[in-house]
Formats: sequence, structure tokens, C-alpha cells
Amino acid sequence: MTKSAKTPGVVRQQIASLSPSQRNILLFAGMGLLLIIVGIVQSWNVAFSILNMCLISAIMALGVNIQWGYAGLFNVGIMGFAALGGLAAVVVSMPPVEAAWAAGGLGVVAGLAIGIVTLLVSMLIWRRGQGWGRWRYAVTGGVVVAGYVLMRMLIDPSTMAIEAVDSARTGYLGGLGLPIMLSWVVGGLFAAAAAWVVGKISLGLRADYLAIATLGISEIIIYVLKFEDWLSRGVKNVNGLPRPVPYEVDLQNNSWFVALAEDMNLPLVDASSLVVKICYALLFTVVLLAILWLSETALRSPWGRMMRAIRDNETAANAMGKNVTRQHLLVFVLGSAVIGIAGAMLVTLDGQFTPTSYQPLRFTFLIWVMVIAGGSGNNWGAVLGGFLIWFFWIEAEPIGLWFIDVLTSGLPPGHWLRLHLLESAAHTRLMTMGVILLLVLRFSPRGLIPEARR
Amino acid sequence: MESALNALILIGNYIVVPGLAYGCQLALGALGVTMIYAVLRFSNFGHGEIMSFGTMLVILATFALQSAGLSIAPLPTALLALPVGIIGAIGLCLLLDRYVYKFYRQQRASPVIYLIVSIGTMFIIGGLIRFIIGPQDRNFADGERFIVKASAFKANTGFSEGLAIKTAQGVTVLTTFAVVGLVFWFLNYTRTGKSMRAFADNEDLALLSGIDPDRVVRITWIITAVLATIAGTLYGLDKSYKPLVYLHLLLPIFAAAIVGGVGNPLGAIAGGFVIAFSELAITFAYKKVAGYLIGDGVLGDGLLQLLSTDYKFAVSFLILVVVLLVKPTGIFSGKTL
Repeated sequence: MTKSAKTPGVVRQQIASLSPSQRNILLFAGMGLLLIIVGIVQSWNVAFSILNMCLISAIMALGVNIQWGYAGLFNVGIMGFAALGGLAAVVVSMPPVEAAWAAGGLGVVAGLAIGIVTLLVSMLIWRRGQGWGRWRYAVTGGVVVAGYVLMRMLIDPSTMAIEAVDSARTGYLGGLGLPIMLSWVVGGLFAAAAAWVVGKISLGLRADYLAIATLGISEIIIYVLKFEDWLSRGVKNVNGLPRPVPYEVDLQNNSWFVALAEDMNLPLVDASSLVVKICYALLFTVVLLAILWLSETALRSPWGRMMRAIRDNETAANAMGKNVTRQHLLVFVLGSAVIGIAGAMLVTLDGQFTPTSYQPLRFTFLIWVMVIAGGSGNNWGAVLGGFLIWFFWIEAEPIGLWFIDVLTSGLPPGHWLRLHLLESAAHTRLMTMGVILLLVLRFSPRGLIPEARR
Repeated sequence: MESALNALILIGNYIVVPGLAYGCQLALGALGVTMIYAVLRFSNFGHGEIMSFGTMLVILATFALQSAGLSIAPLPTALLALPVGIIGAIGLCLLLDRYVYKFYRQQRASPVIYLIVSIGTMFIIGGLIRFIIGPQDRNFADGERFIVKASAFKANTGFSEGLAIKTAQGVTVLTTFAVVGLVFWFLNYTRTGKSMRAFADNEDLALLSGIDPDRVVRITWIITAVLATIAGTLYGLDKSYKPLVYLHLLLPIFAAAIVGGVGNPLGAIAGGFVIAFSELAITFAYKKVAGYLIGDGVLGDGLLQLLSTDYKFAVSFLILVVVLLVKPTGIFSGKTL
């Protein structure tokens, strides 16, 4: 009795007396233990699919941490940047559709070129026209409208022709047919380009403007991916993306693999999908470690020190001759690039690109909860947050269902309240994430692994 | 001459009338966002969900009234149920302020923290709504559907184009005028309203002259809740109620507030109409109008639509971008109340 009453206190004391690095190791070990428990209780296949998503989430959280933790920039458009990464996977890896290119490839390319030229010309006119008074608005507006109409006149027939090409199977331009791993880099570049535009417009103004602008751009990116069939097949989805790892079927036909499965004492199907997942996990771990190493190095460098100085006191940093807006733009672009990489990896893992699957809750706010719960400003914290929150995101629904089941166990099985609650259990996720966010911000704003004092 | 009038009626039917109603709804929403911004100094991402929450309560009360057989036909029953939604939303806002925002006010937290906190409240309210009423689409408009029917208009005037005005649209415009008038009277002529403006203008000076900050904040939340519930209900009557749609309303509402100048009530209203009319005018297909004016098929057989309706949210974003680039303070140079 006395012993059990004493234990928690002793444990707490011991935890408090640990050095920060020991405590972090303990936290990560705990996370590993959770995954191992899932492996034993549910199955190793489930454990590894959770682990793969944890790794991707951790990379996204790292990207957000670069923006929020290093610079205090609030990005509400994570979903859009991740989706751009996903688009990169399609554009890089799918084989080109020759017939579609012949039907309208030239028109689309010419149209896009005109669009870009219009933007550049109108920007130039706007810059030059400072003394023109009202004419400045009129001329710039005129150029934009004329360019836009011209672009639409070129693009519209071409896209229709493209979408008509075997629309059940293709109906889009396809990709470049390159290895899909290349798309991880391209995805980062896509996201970085979008971030540069958004940042250029909204950075240097109030913090809320960045938030609202990113919210807007991410919605628009998703709309484009949903409705521009010639680019991404829209809601028809792109299936069967090539893989960087072997296919299960190939493994199962392989004699040495069959022998290996027998050695491991596993059914052949389970063993093959497990091996595929492990391959993915290894690849993702390499990327995660590389990005983590780069971020940590950057954070320790003079540049990292400058970023923290800017974050903590913009005015003072500005007075020291640092160009705050420019550094913010740089860090915003870098962070978004990391999110884009993670987005491309996610689509690679899924093997398909589904524009409708991009929900702000799952892709923007969940990542935010990861960063804040993990520890803003600390890369290790972001990684831990990515692991932990993803784990509970997956396991929240079974837990929620179980909880409601227990709560309503006194009611007869067909009672309307019980049925309604069970039906609504899926929405508990939304509320749980909100509650976690508010609780962490209120009671432990520095997160699980707080930013190190330097 | 007649074809020109037909073209005008077409534009009236598809842009002016719906734009007026939608503009009113956005204006009320943006007014709420702007009030919170002026007094509490943060952009409230939870505003869409507060609108949704108030509307949900109105819908539930409407269903209760309908099943009790009460109605104020030809007007929609929802107007009778409005007080229930307003009281509920006020309660929610005051609870949130007491248990969530007050702490950060005392800490004098930075606006970004408020922003994240407001996103947290957005989740919680959103989850609550989906828990109570579910994510499906609900239509709760009843009573007479049209003030002017398209067919009756055609028969009475002899034009080949009809002009329809929905009851919900008429109700929206009248209610908005009344509510906005009340709010401006309150801000300009009552002691409390003046103290709110003083507080928004210069917090320290206001505190020095003995204005109770807690009272100002409370009243701001109350006004916001009232505006949000009315805006949400009117929008729901006009279109229909779906929780996800209300979440997406956040972008046009923010755009409206920024276009007009954040923190400026007059700007919020102007911004609402700017966004609404641009959205409809840019996504409208002018094919038929061109047909009346210059003859069929002269401009080819395209729809003559600047942007497909799929991208109507992009319009508010584009306007937002232009404003941020050209005049970041908005039309009315925001940040006064």
C-alpha cells in the first residue's frame, strides 16, 4: 500500500532529476514502446504502416517548425504545400500520355507561358507607373484582363481535347516517366515556388495576413487539383504510381523470399507487405534524418542565431541591420519546401493521388497540433510531436468508440442517444484536437521537448 | 431596346439580386470579425464556426416550432427562432472568452498566439456542431419562397427573361439594414459604444479614463455573437445549412474585412459587397447577355465566363491579394472603430 502510493512521486522525482537529453531519450523510447505494443497486440503490419505515416508527419512537422519555431511565422496552408508535393509525384513519375500531348500539349504550354508573361508585364508596368495616377490602375488592369482572356482562349480548347483522350484511363497529360524518388525533390521545389509567391505578397505586413493568405492559397491549390483534369485527372484520381520499392507480387514469386517467409514463420502475403513497409520505413528514415541534421545544423549556425533574434525582437534585429522581411521570406520558403517533400513522400507511399483526400483538418491543423504539442522551436520536439500525435490520431477513433460504448452501456442497445453518439464518434477527432491544442497552449506552451536555452 | 432590357434583367436576376443578399450576409460576418479585431486585436478564425453554431441552434428551434405548429407565414419560421440562436451564441462566446481568451489577455500574449487559440476554438465548436446536428445539408427555409416569381414577372411585363426575388433575399436585405443601423447607432451615440471606440482607438488612454476593459470586451463578444448568428441564419435561409460550407465562408469574410480595412465597421460592410459582387460577376457566364446585346454566336460559342464557378472562392483570394499588394490598409484605411 505505502509502496504503491509512493511510487508515482518517486518516479516523478526521478524524471525531474533527469537531464534534458536523458528525458528526451526516455520520451522517444516511450514512443517506440507504443509502436511495439501495437505490433504485438494488433499486428506488425499495422505498426509499420503507423510508423511510415509517423515518419512523414514528422517531416511535415519539421517544415512547420522551421517556419513557426525559428521565425514565428504562422502558416495555415500546410495542406496546399503538401498537395503540391503530391502533384510533383504524379508529374515526375507517371508515363507521359502521348496522345494527350499531341491533342493539346502545345496549347496548354503556350497558354501557361502567356499567363506568366502577362503577370511579369503587368508587374513591370505597375512598378514603372508610379507617376501615372489613375492610368496606372487602368493600364495594369487592362494588361491583366487582356492576357487572361488570351490565355483562356488558348488553354480552353486544348484542355478539352486533352480531357477527351481516353478519359476513363488517362484524360490528362501524364508525367515525365522519371523515377518517383526524384519527385521528392521536385515536390519541395513546387512548394517552395508557391511559398515564394505567397510570402512575397503577405510577409512584411501583419502576422494575420500571412495566415489568411496561406489559408486562401491552400484552398485554391486544392480546387485547381480537383477541377483541372488535364493536370491531375481531378476527382478521377491518379492510380498506380510507380514505386521506389519492390512490389508484393514480385516478392511472392521470388524463391528466396518464399524461403525467407518460411524462416520468419509468417504467411507469404503478410511477409511481403511487411517487407515493403519496412523498405519504405528505411527510405523515409533516411530522409527524416537528413532533414533533421540539416535543420539542427542551421539552427546552431550564426544564421539560426539571427533567426531567433528576429523572432524574439524584430525591431532590435532590424536595428542591427538584418533584413527581417527577407529572412522571413527565406525561412518561409525553406519550411514550405520541406512540407512539399513530405507531401510527395506521402503520395509515393499511398501509390495514388487523390485531390479530395486533402482536408484542412488532417493536413494543416493536425500538423500544427504536432508542432505545438511536441515543442515549438525544437526540431526533436517536432519529430516527437509528429510521431505521438499521428499515433493518437489513428488510435483516437477506436478509443472514442470504446469510450462512448462504456458511457452508454446503461442504455438499451437501440436507444437513439446511443446510436447518435456512436454515429458521431468520428467527429470526436475534431474536438479532441482542439482540446489538445488549447490545453497545451495554456498549460505547457513550450511543449513536450521545449526549445533549448542557448 | 427590348433585348437590352432583357440583358439588364438577366444581370439583375443573376448578379444584382443574389449579390445584394450575399453581400449583406458577408457584410454582417465581416462586421463581426472586424469588431473583434478592433477591440481584441486578433483575427478570429473561429468566427465561421460561431456563425454555424448560432445557425444550428436556430435550426433546432425552428424544427421545434414547426412541430408545435407555430409559424409566422409568409415569413420563415427561422426569424421567430432567431433569439434562441442569438442567446446560445452569446453564451458560447462569453464562455470562450472567460475560459480561453481571458488568460491570454492577462498574459498580454502576442496576436499570433490568439490566432492559434482561435483555431483551437474553431475545432472545438466545429466538433460540437457535427456532434449535435451532424455534417449533412439541412434546409430550414419555410413560408412563402418568392416575393417575385420569375414566371409571374414574365407574364406581367412581357419580357422573355424573368426576375426572381426570393423571400430569403428580401428578408436578408431588410434585416441587414436594420441590424447595421442599430450597430452604428450604438457605436456612435451610446455611452457604451463610445467607450468601445475609445478602447479600440487607444487602449491605454481608455483605461486611464476609467473605461472597464472587461465590460468592453464582453459587449464586443455579445455584438459579435448577435451579428454572427444573424449572418449565419440569413445565409442558411438563402442557400442551405451545411457545417463545411460555413467553414469555407471564413475566407470571403476575412477578405471582406481586409478589403474594407480591418477594424473599420464601414469598411467591413463595403468589403462584403465588393467581394459578393465580384464573386458573382466574375463567375457569371455572359453568353446569354452577349446574345441579347450583340446577337447570338458573334463571340463564338464559349460561355463567356471569366472564371468557372468551381473557383468562386478564388475570387475572394484574388481580391485579397490585390488589396495586399496595392493598399494593405484596405479601402477605408482600417484600424479605427
